[in-house]
Amino acid sequence: MFILFESLDRDNRGCLSPDDFEALGGLAMNPIGGRIMEAFFSSGQDTVDFSSFVRILAHFRPTDRNRNKEGAQQELPSSRTRKLKFAFQLYDMDRDGKISREELLQVLRAMLGLQVTEEQLQSIAERAIQEADLDKDDAISFDEFKKSLEKTDIDTKMSVSFLK
Amino acid sequence: MATLWRFTLFLCMLLMACGGLSLASKEAKTRSSQTETGTHNTTEEGGHGAGPITTLPIVTWKWDHISVQYLVALWVLVCWLCKLLIEANHNVTNYIPESALLICSGFILGGMIWGADKVQTFSLNPTVFFYFLLPQIILDSGYHMPNKLFFTNLGAILIHAVIGTCWNAASLGLSLWGCHMGGAMGDLDIGLLQYLLFGSLMAAVDPVAVLAVFDQVHVNEVLFIIVFGESLLNDGVTVVLFNVFDAFVSLGGGRINAAEIIKGIVSFFVVAFGGSLVGIAFGILISLLTRCTKNIQIIEPGFIFVMGYLSYLTAEMLSLSAILSTTFCGVLCQKYVRANMDESSVQTVKYAMKVFANGSETIIFVFLGISAIDKVIWVWNTGFILLTVFFVFVYRFIGVFFLQWILNRYRLVPVELMDMVIMSYGGLRGAVAYGLAVLLDEKKIKEKNLMICTTLIVVYFTVILQGITMKPLVMWLKVKRAAVAEVSLLEKITNKMFNHTLVAIEDISGQIGDNYFRSKWRHFEEKWMTPFLMKPSARKKQDDVFDVFHQLNLKDAMEYVTEGERRGSLEFVRNDSAILDFKKKLESEYTEAMPDIPPYMIHDDGAIRDHIPSVSLEMHEQTMKAMREPEAVDVHHLLDQHLYKSRKQYRHGFSRSDFKINRDEKEVQEIFQRTMRNRLESFKSAKMGVSPPKTLVKYSKKEQQEKVKTKRGNKHTLPPFTDASGYDSSYPSFSMRATYRPGGGIENPAFMPDLYPTDLLQEIPPWLAEGEPDSSMVAPSLRAQANLPNSPMEMHRLGLLPASTRSTDTKQMNNDQLPPPPTPPPPPPPSGHM
Repeated sequence: MFILFESLDRDNRGCLSPDDFEALGGLAMNPIGGRIMEAFFSSGQDTVDFSSFVRILAHFRPTDRNRNKEGAQQELPSSRTRKLKFAFQLYDMDRDGKISREELLQVLRAMLGLQVTEEQLQSIAERAIQEADLDKDDAISFDEFKKSLEKTDIDTKMSVSFLK
Repeated sequence: MATLWRFTLFLCMLLMACGGLSLASKEAKTRSSQTETGTHNTTEEGGHGAGPITTLPIVTWKWDHISVQYLVALWVLVCWLCKLLIEANHNVTNYIPESALLICSGFILGGMIWGADKVQTFSLNPTVFFYFLLPQIILDSGYHMPNKLFFTNLGAILIHAVIGTCWNAASLGLSLWGCHMGGAMGDLDIGLLQYLLFGSLMAAVDPVAVLAVFDQVHVNEVLFIIVFGESLLNDGVTVVLFNVFDAFVSLGGGRINAAEIIKGIVSFFVVAFGGSLVGIAFGILISLLTRCTKNIQIIEPGFIFVMGYLSYLTAEMLSLSAILSTTFCGVLCQKYVRANMDESSVQTVKYAMKVFANGSETIIFVFLGISAIDKVIWVWNTGFILLTVFFVFVYRFIGVFFLQWILNRYRLVPVELMDMVIMSYGGLRGAVAYGLAVLLDEKKIKEKNLMICTTLIVVYFTVILQGITMKPLVMWLKVKRAAVAEVSLLEKITNKMFNHTLVAIEDISGQIGDNYFRSKWRHFEEKWMTPFLMKPSARKKQDDVFDVFHQLNLKDAMEYVTEGERRGSLEFVRNDSAILDFKKKLESEYTEAMPDIPPYMIHDDGAIRDHIPSVSLEMHEQTMKAMREPEAVDVHHLLDQHLYKSRKQYRHGFSRSDFKINRDEKEVQEIFQRTMRNRLESFKSAKMGVSPPKTLVKYSKKEQQEKVKTKRGNKHTLPPFTDASGYDSSYPSFSMRATYRPGGGIENPAFMPDLYPTDLLQEIPPWLAEGEPDSSMVAPSLRAQANLPNSPMEMHRLGLLPASTRSTDTKQMNNDQLPPPPTPPPPPPPSGHM
């Protein structure tokens, strides 16, 4: 992992900056590349050091199911809740704990082709919020998010095998 | 009462059948085994009226002319009647799988025939089975195989199929031989090689049985695909093992040396890969063929069946694996056939295939039952039979657990323990084993009858006993079942986001996942296969998201019509509240109803068109919720349609069109442009899209009103920024229109997001403007839809309507040289006269 970090850290400062990430061409092509980059840089910092790098990547470890028996599930970075939290943060850019319609719209805009009209986007966002919003506050909180994704197999979808 | 009638009818049929059959058996000559009845009684010759006639016969009894055909047809009818009887009561089929009940009916029928004839005149003839009953089942499996799932788990499937089957065969053969040596079976004339041969025919998990049992249990898809895929692919191994050991038995033990064994191993590869190649070749042929059959749509579906059958026979002719061939033929051609053929043909193929496959399956199981009631073949050897059953069961468990344990180390999401139990338990043997057993040469294998009996008993054990207990076991073990519910929008969006995220992480970590190969395959496919195998028009057409949408529309239309007829048709139209009630009813019935169409789906087209706007308006003023429903399915399909594809995703069932390929590059451009711009403005600022909300709120009400029309308009002219269908007012938005012109080499849409915040205000109007005159544009198509299409041509036309508009879109988008006219005069509806 450290080798990986070093290979990314082009100017050898011991920490990663946004430029390093952008050097990865694939990331620029990724519609939510920007958000993912942001996820690495937590709380206003401009650089990512090795420990936080690893911590973020740890979200993507495959969930170890046997751990369910033990009590310490919440703390494991790779547990389902943590994965969901990470995903939630990708939506919730202003970190207010809720996905508002605008934030959803932004994500949608990023991920959908431009053939979709603005109006259609809005109806999608509205519908999505409608489906998930249980307390009718027109935004999706983390619990509502979790609930609406309970059927999804997060473990498969958010795990990368080589990070085991 | 109805069931009683059916029962008596059935009984009469049976008696007639038996009577006829006894008659036939007494009078028929020996027929070749071309028939599935395989009568082998030669008693009297000919029929009545064979002797020299003395006077002109008005009516003659011509039984012997048609006895074969008659018996075949009659048997098919009888088997299907059995199925009818069985399915009459669903309570029974909930507990006992249909296949088990069919076998039992076979017992009953066999008993009746035995009673009538004192000898079993009918049994499952291997020729008939392998050449007339099995191919369509395999073709159906291949054609309807979930490709993505299949290829994702292909590694596991192959390991289980090849190594698992070899293990089963070897272990069974050797343990039986060991027991024989140990004296557990008494005095049997079977050598080691024959035991191995028996083991090889007993080893194969049977696709027919697996399908029949798992069909009713609905386990989670990974589990199902591994078992089912294994049952299909193990034919390669079974054929090889069977032939190899058969040859060895003929050669005799002494002549087997290393060369022969090596040849055996080589033959495995030849048979397996050869079979697959034959299948792939035929799949390509089918796709090419359907590419050109536009003018003979009426018999288009037939080609699939004929070619599928030919692939089976060709492989059989070359002594390769026929099942593998047919499977891969179906797997390969499904996508292209669905894209190339007309919609009605696709439906025809789907349903006809189901009819054939299901029908054959029924016949197979009934005859499996009948074949048992035959005194001749029954040789009972307790040790042999019981030990076989025991070993088959146990070794299956051992094999599966061991292999899966190894495989789990390399899987991202390991297969759970309970799933493994079901996998082992689902190793059902079926008609293939029986067919192979009957094919044994009794001169070489003295104890053929014993083997046949044992095979039958194992088959009954697995299909009946394991079939019955499968469902309770699944429930008891709390195995994950197949997901039935529809995914919510949020799930879809998030799923997609996960995909993108994973791709990003892979990028960051610089690793190549197995998605690398998938994306490579996709590129290969896009570049070479699709242009070759798919019709150009199909490539441009929408994918099946639109088809689903289309089908839903039609379905809703029909619902609306039946509802209308129930209430008195015109009442619907005149009475707006009736429509609303209907809409509410629809809502409650279908969570994602598509009332987008119903209010406009009026059969009395002429007068009603005027009503369209008013109805929609009223509808909107009523409830927002009623409004939301039309968007529901729209929205889902919109999402499916337009989400950027991450590298990871390969689309199953999508027709890759030129349009899409272009879009891919455009996507990349768009994304790139966007990211660049984002970074320019500020890396952390995410507030760019916030200004719209105010405008949104203000416009929401008004928007909603127009939304219905625009929805309609949008759906049919998606997106309508090219078809300048009646901008009868000069809106300021045309400044935005203008920006669609290309700027300096970079694709223009890339700049669109920039305009979102500022141009929302301006943006809305064009859609509104679209809506109004669009009704005239859309109405003709709606009228077309209103006359519920009942001929393929109409449906074809329907399908073409939006597609053509879309393709004009495409041209527009791709054709940068064509700037949209600023104030175009309202042209006549282009899609109206298609």
